[in-house]
Amino acid sequence: MPSVSFTPNLRRHVYCPPVRVEGATVSEALARVFEFSPRLKGYLLDDQGSLRKHMVVFVDGAPARDRKRLSDPVRDDSEILVMQALSGG
Amino acid sequence: MPGKLYVATRKGLFTVVDDGGWRIARVDFLGDNCSTVLPTAGGETVFAALDHGHFGVKLHRSIDAGESWEEIEAPAYPPKKEGDEDWADMHGRAIPHSLKLIWCLEADHPSRPGGIWCGTIPGGLFYSPDRGDAWQLVEGLWNHPLRRRWFGGGMDYPGIHSVCLAPGDANCVRIAVSCGGVWVSNDAGRNWTCDGEGWRAEFMPPDQVNDPAIQDVHRLQVCPASPEVLWAQHHNGIFRSTDGGARWTELRDVPPSAFGFACAVHPEDPNTAWFVPEIKDERRVPVDGRLVVNRTRDGGKTFETLHRGLPQEHAYDLVYRHGLDVAGNGELLAMGSTTGSLFISENGGDDWLCISTHLPPVYAVRFVPDDG
Repeated sequence: MPSVSFTPNLRRHVYCPPVRVEGATVSEALARVFEFSPRLKGYLLDDQGSLRKHMVVFVDGAPARDRKRLSDPVRDDSEILVMQALSGG
Repeated sequence: MPGKLYVATRKGLFTVVDDGGWRIARVDFLGDNCSTVLPTAGGETVFAALDHGHFGVKLHRSIDAGESWEEIEAPAYPPKKEGDEDWADMHGRAIPHSLKLIWCLEADHPSRPGGIWCGTIPGGLFYSPDRGDAWQLVEGLWNHPLRRRWFGGGMDYPGIHSVCLAPGDANCVRIAVSCGGVWVSNDAGRNWTCDGEGWRAEFMPPDQVNDPAIQDVHRLQVCPASPEVLWAQHHNGIFRSTDGGARWTELRDVPPSAFGFACAVHPEDPNTAWFVPEIKDERRVPVDGRLVVNRTRDGGKTFETLHRGLPQEHAYDLVYRHGLDVAGNGELLAMGSTTGSLFISENGGDDWLCISTHLPPVYAVRFVPDDG
């Protein structure tokens, strides 16, 4: 199962421990995380479900390309890292 | 009830109390951008809006007078249906269906206890009937064709910064949009019109100067005791209506300047209002480096420029549109500035006490209203 971890800056606001979850895409993996931390969804995604403007998701070190539907594929041993983009200051 | 004031700032929410002298009693959300605050009548329930930047806009609620806070659902724009396009503003820029800022929160008419209005950027008005447990976009306004005329003033997108209700007609709700004019609903928010006369917008081409739906109203206030009297601080000056907003009169020749953002209206006297003048739109600092408050007590025929207790040299405080508030007795005022100054007056603005000059930039000041 891919692993998902989050920028430490999120921990002050919302429950987001590092986890291993099932999923073949970034979207599927995050959906599993949101099941046990529903509030986290609004911190990562905007009202239309797109990745927030100044957030970035790395999959095995490369930024995910589909910011709208988060359809980038992940492997069973992938590391998904949710970070703040420097663009946000 | 002892005086209590909430101060929403760029770096947290401050609580200021009068327990034998005004002092800062506590800070919540330290380091976080607190865009606005709403204590409801009696002060037990308080709302604080946060803008976390990267992580989006959040809403917190206290039900114990600010002693503890819980995050609640923030208003959210409904999912776009397949084929829905973002409307463009009048300049052709797409306006997203996504919350960018909670700009104002207001309690509903007392006949609907628990009702809360929320004005946002990029221009959606939301309503909660249950103290913020659930929010709904006010569709009649969001889908109004004239919304296509709106545009951002200073912000990328248009926004609703003023929601005005008054005792009496519970169905009358007024809002002001920057830039999008003053809108009124006479059926508690279902249908909306924008048709006031007398506005003037220097920033538009000559044929659109008087268009009510593009006016850059900075702040709208209604006199609670005389709700037919409205005051507006506008990008071009100060406007007043005595007929509920059908006709507006611009008050010209207001020294030292008619430019500004904030406006407060006496709760009982519709002829008394306060403003904080700045030089002009291109130079948003006090005239001659002197921070002053302008007060009229005759409906805008004349203004007194009040300065006792305020810095009178090299003061560059800008008071944002929610940075001035008056309490229910009409004598107690608070004013907070972008340079972190906080002042309180207990005599209608004649004299000002400096509470701090070291706060983060102040977005909003709000007294706890008396219980009902």
